[in-house]
Amino acid sequence: MRKDYNLEKRKFIIGGFIVVVVAIYLWKLFDLQIADDKYREIAVSNARSTKITHPSRGQIYDRNGKLVVYNEPAYDLVLVPKDVQEFDTTTMCKILQLKREDFDLLWKNMSDPKKNKNYSATTPQPLVQNLDSTTYGRLQEILYRFPGFDISQRIIRRYNYVAAANILGNIREVNAEDIERDSDNYYIPGDYTGDLGIEKSYEKYLRGVKGKEILIRDATGKIKGRYNDGKDDVAPIAGKDLQMSIDIDLQRFGEKIMRGKRGAIVAIEPSTGEVLALVTSPTYDPSLLVGKDRGKNYSKLVSDPSKPLFDRAIMAAYPPGSTFKPTQGLIFKQEGIIDNNTSYPCYGGYVNKGLKIGCHGHGSPIALQPAIATSCNGYFCWGLYYMLNNKKYGGLEKSFTVWKDYMVSMGYGYKLNIDLPGESRGFIPNYQFYNKMIGEDKWGANSIISIAIGQGEIMSTPLQIANLSATIANRGYYITPHVVKQIRDLGISKEYTEHHRTKINTEYYNDIAGGMRMAVIGGTCKGANLPGLDVCGKTGTVQNPHGRDHSVFMGFAPKDNPKIAICVYVENAGFGAQVAVPLGAMVLERYLRGASDEIENRATKWSDSWLEDAPPVVEQDQMQEDTTTRPSNTKTTASASVPGNDDNSFPVRNLPHENAVIPNKSSSFISRNGIYKG
Amino acid sequence: MAYTKDNNNNNESNRLLAAVDWFTVFIYILLVVAGAVSIYAATTSSTSEVSMFDLDTFAGKQFMWIGLSFVIGFSLLLIDRRLYEAYAYPIYAIMIILLIVTAFVSPNIKGSHSWLKFGSFSIQPAEFTKTATALALAKLFSTYGFQLKGWRTYIVPVGIILLPVLCILLERETGSALVYFSLIFVLYREGMNGFVLFATLCAVTYFVVVLKFAGTLIMGIPLGNFIVLTCIMVVIVLMLLIYCRSLILGRNVTIGYIVCALLAWGLSAIGVHINGYVFFFTVIPLSIIYLLIGMFRDDLNKVLTTVIFAVISIIFMFSVNIVFHHVLAPHQQNRINIALGIEEDLKDKGYNVNQSKIAIGSGGFTGKGFLQGTQTKLNYVPEQHTDFIFCTIGEEQGFIGTSAVLILFLILILRVIAIAERQHTTFGRVYAYCVASILIFHLTINIGMVIGLVPVIGIPLPFFSYGGSSLWGFTILLFILLRIDAVRTEYGTW
Repeated sequence: MRKDYNLEKRKFIIGGFIVVVVAIYLWKLFDLQIADDKYREIAVSNARSTKITHPSRGQIYDRNGKLVVYNEPAYDLVLVPKDVQEFDTTTMCKILQLKREDFDLLWKNMSDPKKNKNYSATTPQPLVQNLDSTTYGRLQEILYRFPGFDISQRIIRRYNYVAAANILGNIREVNAEDIERDSDNYYIPGDYTGDLGIEKSYEKYLRGVKGKEILIRDATGKIKGRYNDGKDDVAPIAGKDLQMSIDIDLQRFGEKIMRGKRGAIVAIEPSTGEVLALVTSPTYDPSLLVGKDRGKNYSKLVSDPSKPLFDRAIMAAYPPGSTFKPTQGLIFKQEGIIDNNTSYPCYGGYVNKGLKIGCHGHGSPIALQPAIATSCNGYFCWGLYYMLNNKKYGGLEKSFTVWKDYMVSMGYGYKLNIDLPGESRGFIPNYQFYNKMIGEDKWGANSIISIAIGQGEIMSTPLQIANLSATIANRGYYITPHVVKQIRDLGISKEYTEHHRTKINTEYYNDIAGGMRMAVIGGTCKGANLPGLDVCGKTGTVQNPHGRDHSVFMGFAPKDNPKIAICVYVENAGFGAQVAVPLGAMVLERYLRGASDEIENRATKWSDSWLEDAPPVVEQDQMQEDTTTRPSNTKTTASASVPGNDDNSFPVRNLPHENAVIPNKSSSFISRNGIYKG
Repeated sequence: MAYTKDNNNNNESNRLLAAVDWFTVFIYILLVVAGAVSIYAATTSSTSEVSMFDLDTFAGKQFMWIGLSFVIGFSLLLIDRRLYEAYAYPIYAIMIILLIVTAFVSPNIKGSHSWLKFGSFSIQPAEFTKTATALALAKLFSTYGFQLKGWRTYIVPVGIILLPVLCILLERETGSALVYFSLIFVLYREGMNGFVLFATLCAVTYFVVVLKFAGTLIMGIPLGNFIVLTCIMVVIVLMLLIYCRSLILGRNVTIGYIVCALLAWGLSAIGVHINGYVFFFTVIPLSIIYLLIGMFRDDLNKVLTTVIFAVISIIFMFSVNIVFHHVLAPHQQNRINIALGIEEDLKDKGYNVNQSKIAIGSGGFTGKGFLQGTQTKLNYVPEQHTDFIFCTIGEEQGFIGTSAVLILFLILILRVIAIAERQHTTFGRVYAYCVASILIFHLTINIGMVIGLVPVIGIPLPFFSYGGSSLWGFTILLFILLRIDAVRTEYGTW
């Protein structure tokens, strides 16, 4: 046959074509498979789905090992939208005890990607959270009739005691702000974090370390199994358990006797700084802030005019009143202003250059210990007067600064740094503060003399008062009060073992302790004279514009080798001796002698009697007015003092209430009507 | 011949088997087995206990079809080659009728009407029509005295090629229809003017360049148009030098172009910017006028062809946009856009190609190992066992696997071309070139699509992709060639 050799050459064109195509494809494959690494990473991120496994949160025990907070599973109704078929909504609503509209709303919220950021049609989406156990049980039985629905388990906090809500705090879902502020990048939406209390301050220990499971995910988002047989998975590390220094029984006892009153009780073990009880009243049941009603209950607590979320023990800045007097005695002694033989005159009060501060019946002149025992106003006013005007300092600025520095060394004026969030620093004015408030060179010792008796501008938290008591009990040092005794496996931060020595010698503390013992034996605190317990105490009665005086007691026991130091602060309860002393005595007795039916009954009786005789509730708007619209520098003369039977009845300026903001440099905040010019 | 066959049947069979091109058979077996193993890898997870030969799996069924393919292939070797030649037209006619019937009775499967159902068993006649068309074309060219000379002689062969195209378009199987255009290689080999092939190549290139670079502007005109116009200038020069063999014209035009380009560049350097169209439509018409004058001193026809080619190229360039935006359907525009990398639409239309590139790219040099691929097994790559089977090889066997498969196909195609050229009959040669062309088209389109160089056109990778029809279609195509080739020596002595 004929062969056209010219045409035969065309095989090279055709063969060449496919050779060129294959060469181009090989080059492209080289580029895809060898030159470019990005595809490998994309394939990995395509196929792997990392699921966070949550550690169990640390549990919380009291100082005696009693379990206070633990974890319990909670159940959510979830559904995979893609797998849900038509279902019997009537039955579902009936079991969930929901109205059809509510159910539809939940459904709408669940399936709206704007509201449910994690929405995906192929993964479980929560519909109803925190089912109660009966609903859970009934749902379990009929779940097979609802394809696509499932019940998922979570862990929620449970409380063994209706107590210590202010200490324990609670947990809540993290918000956008938490995630933004979180420097460890720990949180993702849906996580829980501590809110208030030690749940917040010990969050890093309680939460533990998250684990992860690496799963294989197919193109539709379905999980097909574990990656690498789970070899690359990381197990979560459970959160650390906490042992509180709180004695939960004492705490409960304290909350019981404070029922119906407003105020706080702080009890500290002086030798360790461990807080034994930190009672604020009114308070709330910590279980209220758990589960599906959390949001509702939380807003209720926030809007409650009695402010149960406000921990008066550490957040409220009150005038310390006469509990402040021991600090003054200590400073005067240390500074040599007084010695054991020094007596000051007090005939019905402090009268100097036309200024009169009232006092009450006791012998005159009077020395330090009896002055403490009888809570003499005159003695401490004279002491401060002589100190501030003493030539050895070379001026008011220097002498006042010396005074202020002593106060700071005793834990006043700054936060003590207890391991709870929201602590107030109280207030100790300095020289500049008065310059601003009254005017430079326009003030002298007499203008501010009421600070010597814990009035005027002085503010302190019940915790600071209890800490003073502990410092006297220790004769000159304190350990920063703390509510957590130890973190499991880690012990306790060094911060809470360090001794803070004040600037005052131990011997002077012995004098003060003696005076406080005298007050219990034959002075203002007779109500706390518990046989055999050697109680030392000091009362305070603080006048305020909201009604009756605040009743304060500060004490410790026994006098030697003290086991407990205490502060009881009851708002609008009258004289210190009337309410705070007997309450304090009960707490001391309850702690030192242990539980008994008799004391429980006594506490119940106290509690009940008080409820019948409840003081008028301060309206919220009034309180707000106090803090925000108080007239500045109004030098009004307060009403004449009414001599009390055992304590100072001192005309008091408008008191910042518990929600008062700490006055900082702005002098306009504090009025001057506390100075009584007679 | 007839009596020897009757008497020495056994003897002849042995002789025949000895003459079969076993090298091609060997490559065929390598490809189909590798294909079935890839199908197993694409559809089974590493934890699965399912056997590769389980008939419930795709791989098991593919092995079954491979077994049946061997039976079909062996049977085809036993059929007298003259029967293929004798019945080429009837076979072609039957297949065309079958295609038309299919288009009307076939159920709608993903928008195409190309399947004939027999109970639970269904076949795709279009896969077999390729063989019938190849036979018919071979028969036509082997007709005594048939030669491609003059445009009338193209009517019948082009008709034979276009008839199945129309029928398959009726079935809405655009991909399978395009295959037949590859037979232009056969026409080329059998005497078609090479200029047609060159023009086709230019047209495809211009089409791609114009669309791909439509977005950026240079000298005030789209970059695509700029490149194409520059290409046209280069082509004019090359055609003058190589095709017309007119060194003087070529040289002068070249010098003219370079001078004009430098002039434009110099002007733009001093701040005078000339619009691209103004530049090109001054320079190119000037050169054309020069050529029209100059051609009378030279080979008139060839220079005129060059000029006409340049003019048609320019018209084609401007028509590309019109065709693309007004003639093509939106989904076709999308596919082209994605293949050209104009649209980065990774979620919707571009998803397949993107995931396919991820699968192949993630394989690296040595691959992730057999059954270790994640992209394919977790269904990220769609059609992973059919049209996108190459992904599995890329992901699990890496560059080694992909290049091995590509080179294996290259060897097969070159072997088929070699077989074609050693045929003593026009029938054998034309048929062999048909086989080569069809394989070239499938390989180019399928792998080009998987690696993102060619628009997504749903055609299978020969011997690899899952499916009985496709496998049997290519087996029949190849084994008829082997049968024809096995008796080439007989004709040598004829």
